[in-house]
Amino acid sequence: MSGRPILWAPLVAFILLAAFLTYGLAKPDDTNITSKMVGAAVPPFRLPPATPGMPGLASADLAAGKPHLVNIFASWCVPCAAEAPQLRAIADAGVPIVGIAVRDRPEALADFLHRYGNPYARIGSDNASQVQMALGSSGVPETFVVDGRGMIRRQTIGPINPQDVADTIAAVQAAR
Amino acid sequence: MRRALILALLAFATPVLADSNMPAAPLADVQLADARQEAAATALMETIRCLVCQGQSIADSNAELAGDMRSLIRQRIAAGERPEAIRAWLVRRYGAWVSYSPALTPVTWPLWIAPLAFLAIGVAVARTGLRRRRRR
Repeated sequence: MSGRPILWAPLVAFILLAAFLTYGLAKPDDTNITSKMVGAAVPPFRLPPATPGMPGLASADLAAGKPHLVNIFASWCVPCAAEAPQLRAIADAGVPIVGIAVRDRPEALADFLHRYGNPYARIGSDNASQVQMALGSSGVPETFVVDGRGMIRRQTIGPINPQDVADTIAAVQAAR
Repeated sequence: MRRALILALLAFATPVLADSNMPAAPLADVQLADARQEAAATALMETIRCLVCQGQSIADSNAELAGDMRSLIRQRIAAGERPEAIRAWLVRRYGAWVSYSPALTPVTWPLWIAPLAFLAIGVAVARTGLRRRRRR
């Protein structure tokens, strides 16, 4: 046995495989799906207004020379309500915020904006998540920094927390 | 007293579900009229991973986003787009992770080569074993 080291190869291979799989199981799970569109242009789209009295959103609005924060949200999404004060603070700092309302009703959205404030310059209605998918987003809330030429520069998955506000404002201002 | 009242009221509280109350997308659960197109759409859905329930295909998932993805696939197939072009569109956005049908890339070639390599090793082991037996 000791004269034939090749006979140990299967056992060594098995131990290596088991170690690799154990490592994979022990590693904490990351279920966030990052968009591969960061660094690419916003795909062309045109969304109707999501609530009366406010304009809708088209990709052309995002390539008009000014950087934007594009917030994908919904009135039925609880973390989106928690995020509202931070969006308010970012809008007050002079950052233009546009919204994409996923699977939302105009009256539910109007109620949400009335209750939690309205930091949005425009809100497009994305009733079948089509534009959300085109941007590589997989949930609400998600926020993209888009520069003045319509290039996606950054993605934030989940709500913007109070400690993220200054960083988000800086990121939009840097995306000239 | 006040605490008891609050606890009693909590019994009637219903959790807020993180789902919209909108109807499903037009083609999420409606088959295409053309049977061949429907078969192509279904075959593609079975190999696209749901972004919400990440162990399921969008054909099996009840998540709203999976329904929206099924609707997107049926719309595009009905418009004449090839299934592999739709898969490429989704992979461009979410990465190779979203496809259950791995392409042959520098990262995945061991997956494809491994069975052939194991078969070759097995044949080699069997041959040496049989030869030795014949000599005896």
